[in-house]
Amino acid sequence: MSDLPELLKQLGELDDQLVTCMRCGTCQAVCPMYEQTGREADVARGKIALLEGLAYKLVKDPEGVQDKLSRCLLCGSCAASCPSGVKVLDIFIKARSILVAYLGLPTVKKIIFRGMLTKPGLFDGLMSLAAKFQGLFTSPANDVIGTSCSRLLQPIIGERHFRLLAKTPLHREFPSLDTPAGASGLKVAFFPGCMVDKMYTGIGEASLKVFKHHGVGVFLPAGQACCGIPALASGDMDSYLTLVRENLAAFKGGSFDALVTPCASCTSTIKEVWPMLSDRMSPSEQKAIKAIAEKTMDINAFVADKLGVVPPEPAADAVTVTMHDPCHLKKALGVSAQPRKLVAMNSKYVLKEMAGADTCCGCGGSFTLTHADMSAKIGQRKRDNIKNSGAQVVATGCPACMMQISDMLSRNGDNISVKHPIEIYAESL
Amino acid sequence: MNEALKKEFAALVGKDNVMESESDRFSYAYDAAVLEPVMPALVVRPETREALGRVVKLANDNGLPLCVRGSGTNLSGGTIPKQGGIVVLTNALNKILEINEADLYAIVEPGVITAKFAAEVAARGLFYPPDPGSQAVSTLGGNVAENAGGLRGLKYGVTKDYVMGVDFFDVDGEIVKSGSRTVKCVTGLNLHGLMVGSEGTLGVFEKITLKLVPPPLAQKAMMAIFDDVNKACEAVAAIIAAKIVPATLEFMDNFTIRTVEDFAHAGLPVEAQALLLIEVDGHPGQVADEAEKVEAICKKLGAKRVQVAKDAAERNKVWEARRAALSALARVAPTTVLEDATVPRSKIPAMMSAIVDISKKHKVTIGTFGHAGDGNLHPTFLTDRRNKEEWKRVEDAIDDIFDVALGLGGTLSGEHGIGIAKSKYMEKETNHATILFSRRLKKALDPKGILNPGKIIGE
Repeated sequence: MSDLPELLKQLGELDDQLVTCMRCGTCQAVCPMYEQTGREADVARGKIALLEGLAYKLVKDPEGVQDKLSRCLLCGSCAASCPSGVKVLDIFIKARSILVAYLGLPTVKKIIFRGMLTKPGLFDGLMSLAAKFQGLFTSPANDVIGTSCSRLLQPIIGERHFRLLAKTPLHREFPSLDTPAGASGLKVAFFPGCMVDKMYTGIGEASLKVFKHHGVGVFLPAGQACCGIPALASGDMDSYLTLVRENLAAFKGGSFDALVTPCASCTSTIKEVWPMLSDRMSPSEQKAIKAIAEKTMDINAFVADKLGVVPPEPAADAVTVTMHDPCHLKKALGVSAQPRKLVAMNSKYVLKEMAGADTCCGCGGSFTLTHADMSAKIGQRKRDNIKNSGAQVVATGCPACMMQISDMLSRNGDNISVKHPIEIYAESL
Repeated sequence: MNEALKKEFAALVGKDNVMESESDRFSYAYDAAVLEPVMPALVVRPETREALGRVVKLANDNGLPLCVRGSGTNLSGGTIPKQGGIVVLTNALNKILEINEADLYAIVEPGVITAKFAAEVAARGLFYPPDPGSQAVSTLGGNVAENAGGLRGLKYGVTKDYVMGVDFFDVDGEIVKSGSRTVKCVTGLNLHGLMVGSEGTLGVFEKITLKLVPPPLAQKAMMAIFDDVNKACEAVAAIIAAKIVPATLEFMDNFTIRTVEDFAHAGLPVEAQALLLIEVDGHPGQVADEAEKVEAICKKLGAKRVQVAKDAAERNKVWEARRAALSALARVAPTTVLEDATVPRSKIPAMMSAIVDISKKHKVTIGTFGHAGDGNLHPTFLTDRRNKEEWKRVEDAIDDIFDVALGLGGTLSGEHGIGIAKSKYMEKETNHATILFSRRLKKALDPKGILNPGKIIGE
């Protein structure tokens, strides 16, 4: 599609959703972007008005609208507090792909999504190559957090402090698993997600350790692909659909009670986004998506709600840990008590809440690369709240949030370590 | 707008605070009223009060229409700009300049968010009562310009009752001072009184002095359930007649009750024809006494049941139901039009039955809830503005509602303002001389007609 009538027609199909916004402006109170800029086009109401303006030819600059649409973390804070229940993420995700279809995908993203991400074998190969040589162009930044920085990569990643790729990715350590249900009587399909597979392998190991401890059978098929959200957030619907299909193929034939992921973004993508966009796929694929989405659970929710765990009293000399609620856990899935329960399962830790635990960390997936300054500003506020809590550790159930928070803490020279709640629980076993 | 003028604005507020792209300008073309958008020629966001004054002067020097905008939550189109004009944002002027605990006042910049201010005041053990529905995002400048109300209007009054002074820019960018930090002040014309509710047509606020009060020590909330709207209305009148002024006295009709229950599952009695949600506050002894009397009055006047909240959680549940009213109604249909025609308290039964008749006559869906205690009901139209034929019926029904309200000795707007949505009805409520007087006043203060032209009194 590259003609204007087609663009207008596609936007017209969003009309029933766009019209539900009554312009009350309540989203201004919760939007992390708007808090920084105070600009109406940065908040959901402004973006929805722009899309309507474009659809009704009151606005004639699709590129301008696309630029505004990209200034969004997809954190869902607006949708969670919207009085009239506007499906904001649904609208933005579809609108991004409509505008990309009209304006085209930038070459860099084309190479990343279409040339690499959708080809799991190639993606894995390139990442292991990078893991081998990353030591040559990076230097350690913070030992407690485990971050590095790189002068050589500065043009691409800026001043970021990042975690190195794992020497051995999880899929190399555990190419595939298929163990029966044990004492718990439950069997899960495990979807580690890209970041746990390639960077935070410790989270994957901790998850498997917890499953084993509770006698939970694990189906971990080879050939898992990215959940699709990075491609979709950039408006690349084709790559997204390819990735969903690859995953459907990988999990086909396995029998399991729940599909569990330790990544908030993967969970909300599989559970919410896959069904939302399944009308673009065949009836049999739609059926498979429905079956998987219904069974998909965040790992915190699975352990806390399905395994009947009971937290002990914290030890007298327990380490203080503060919780960050990932947007894709609390606002998208309503999961916030469970990660706290998981942390409480380890008596060596005691919870100490920070102010604004559920405000966005500023990562927003590739937003942190495309809008680095804004991402860092929002992240700095989160860092200040973490620091002011006085906690020694910050825990959060999303590897993307972990990466952003690690970066912000490390850049501020804070010695506060960043962990996933499942790692904290696994330490006690 | 020519490039030279844009550069002049940029020199005043900084390049980053001037927005000229189509997509930026279009996002200031609307507010919360259901009206057609109008795109401004430029949007500026001054970061200092001095820069704000200079922006006003530059606009006047060039005869540019100027629309001041806080958070754009206006329900009558007061913040929809004029074609070719500029929008001036106040949301960067968001400092609380002083909270004086000894003399019970605060001085604020116009862009301070209402709820943030109220929270800051509460943290000092004081109370700022005006609580418009949009308080989480609305600005105090906007509240003063619209004379915003809220749930506590009955006992505590509305924004105008808390404005002790306003310093504002005239069209030449000069600061005009009015009011004082003192409880009593009769110095000069009551210009700050003129600014309250002026909807940006007479001056641009520089800073505002607001009255604070000590908070009530105790509250008690209850829900009275009626099988007849008239009985509920009689109960409202009887409570006031018994010399009790509740902090809040809210009403919900059967349609709203059922919609809220469908949405929030708050355990509301869906068969009830009307609900009164009542809260008394003050000294604990007085609260206990008044709560008992209110309960007895409601029962005497035919309430099927009165549920008195026993603790904070139950109190919260009562108000959750009220807070959910607009959200629940808004989800029923694509377009929600929230009206606020207001009648003297004693005329609420007549107003309610007229709303039911109008809804039948024009075949439109109306859910009604609102501030029964002060006669300020919110008949809420649930429609789809894309359906031209139905939209026409909604407009006709709104006309009828205004006619009835005025016939009952009421007013066009209790708290949402006149803006452009209701300016055509102004003469019906007042008279031609009033419009002329207002226009002459505006002409004298704003000879070029740059200050939010077209609002309240037309052009």
